Amino acid sequence: MILTIAGRELRSLFLSPLAWSLLAMMQFILAWLFLVQIENFTRLQPRLASMESAPGLTDLIVVPLLGNVAIIALLLVPLLSMRLISEELRSGTFSLLLSAPLSIYQIVLGKYLGLLAMLGVILSMSAVMALSLLAGGELDLGRLAAGLLGLGLVLAAAAAIGLYFSTLSPQPVVAAVGSYGLLLFLWLINLAAGAEGRGSALFAWIAMPTHFDRLLSGLVRSSDLIYFMLCIGISLILATRRLESLRTQP
Amino acid sequence: MEPLIKTEGLYRYYGDHCAVRALGFELYPGEVLGLLGPNGAGKSSTLRMIAGNLAPSAGHIWLNGVKLQTDPIRAKRALGYLPENPPLYPELTVDEYLRYCARLHRISGAAVDEAVSVAKSRCGLDEVGRRLIGNLSKGYQQRAGIAQAIVHDPMVVVLDEPTVGLDPIQIREIRSLICNLGHERGVILSTHILPEVQATCSRVLILHRGEQAYTASLKQDTCQSGSSLLVRLARPPELAAIAAMPGIRSADQLAQGQYRLHLDETSPSASSLAEQLVMAGWGVEELVPERPGLEQIFVRITSGEQGG
Repeated sequence: MILTIAGRELRSLFLSPLAWSLLAMMQFILAWLFLVQIENFTRLQPRLASMESAPGLTDLIVVPLLGNVAIIALLLVPLLSMRLISEELRSGTFSLLLSAPLSIYQIVLGKYLGLLAMLGVILSMSAVMALSLLAGGELDLGRLAAGLLGLGLVLAAAAAIGLYFSTLSPQPVVAAVGSYGLLLFLWLINLAAGAEGRGSALFAWIAMPTHFDRLLSGLVRSSDLIYFMLCIGISLILATRRLESLRTQP
Repeated sequence: MEPLIKTEGLYRYYGDHCAVRALGFELYPGEVLGLLGPNGAGKSSTLRMIAGNLAPSAGHIWLNGVKLQTDPIRAKRALGYLPENPPLYPELTVDEYLRYCARLHRISGAAVDEAVSVAKSRCGLDEVGRRLIGNLSKGYQQRAGIAQAIVHDPMVVVLDEPTVGLDPIQIREIRSLICNLGHERGVILSTHILPEVQATCSRVLILHRGEQAYTASLKQDTCQSGSSLLVRLARPPELAAIAAMPGIRSADQLAQGQYRLHLDETSPSASSLAEQLVMAGWGVEELVPERPGLEQIFVRITSGEQGG
């Protein structure tokens, strides 16, 4: 059941030009940034060779690349997630799901998995780009795996947040604005963490980059994983509650 | 026999406005129930509640013996629902769409193609299976919506204004489809078109301001008491001679050779009355049974309160 909904969601995404143009745009920008990083690396290489325990390819190319993917993806995910449910609410197709023998959480999970599959394409595109460095050098594969895990979790959390905002309004644009707001807030709140004060630790914990940066540096801590799981879990539960309340609303 | 749909004390409020009030009815297999009412009478709200799209403010609904509120997933297995706006994905083809609907209703992989082709042929969609829904005309889209409601062969079919946007030939096809569905299953449909109810429904329920205002069964070939026949005769006799026939309470002359015959309780069927008229040698040219005033009832109910 869940897979049926996810399959249709993915199909509809790829039947529209939106997904293709977003992927193409993203790939172009990433390729540009990637080439710039390689250029920098080759320029620095003579100096690096004389250093002891110099940063390698992974430090200088892969980590900045994944960081850039995360930021670009934060701009893309709301565009992909905005129509997940709001479009169905607007066109009336949601009643097809409501009158089918499904529970609300199956609908939410199906939609979510469909979007995750799409984001999986973005993730694998960046992974392939990073792995292409293996052709000419050596990578710290463990650190790459941790970085990809972090990127995947950021994408998954952003998708869950976008899904929740998509249940709030039959206007996709409103959903996009809402998810942009929350995602940017979560991304930028740690600017306040630099300030002195008792709240700063809390702000740092709420901020997504705190957890993402640790994963990018190769440190996989269960507390960071729990942070992302909480983001995903809370958003999906809220989305389920919201859709359940739609039937009872005046 | 267990009812396919049973509702009890159904209420629905939108804020202070009460859209459906104390509605209770039952639908048995083999019945086609027509919900009739003016705009805003609560037809769609009632159907949406039965289809699980809208939670009732109070009251209970059973579908095929399963209570909708406590076991919605099992109850909805027996349900096929066409909302007011057909729930279509314009970017899918008809085949893809119906396959998706069949899977949503838990039809297993092997049976999906079979179910889709049966639903397509029942709704006259065979030729457009590979076209995009968004490119179809309104009539075909409506038919795709109906196909979606019956693709999983449900026991209860709920249709909200099924013939909107169809041309007269399509309307006839859909009506006969509804009659076929009504043979062993239960169909409930809403409409504000009176002839539609008379053509397809075995029972009618008139809603007015959210309340059940009238309900009656519409048996096709019995003359009910208080009903009347319109006849046109080539060689008309005295009015008194017609009025004196058995089973006729009174007769009015409408024009030269045209009469309205009011039947009494003992009156035989229309066919035997026709025989009597022919035997009398009056040259019957036309004989039309008048339905027992569904239109009058509808107008009286829906306009009666507007003055008060």
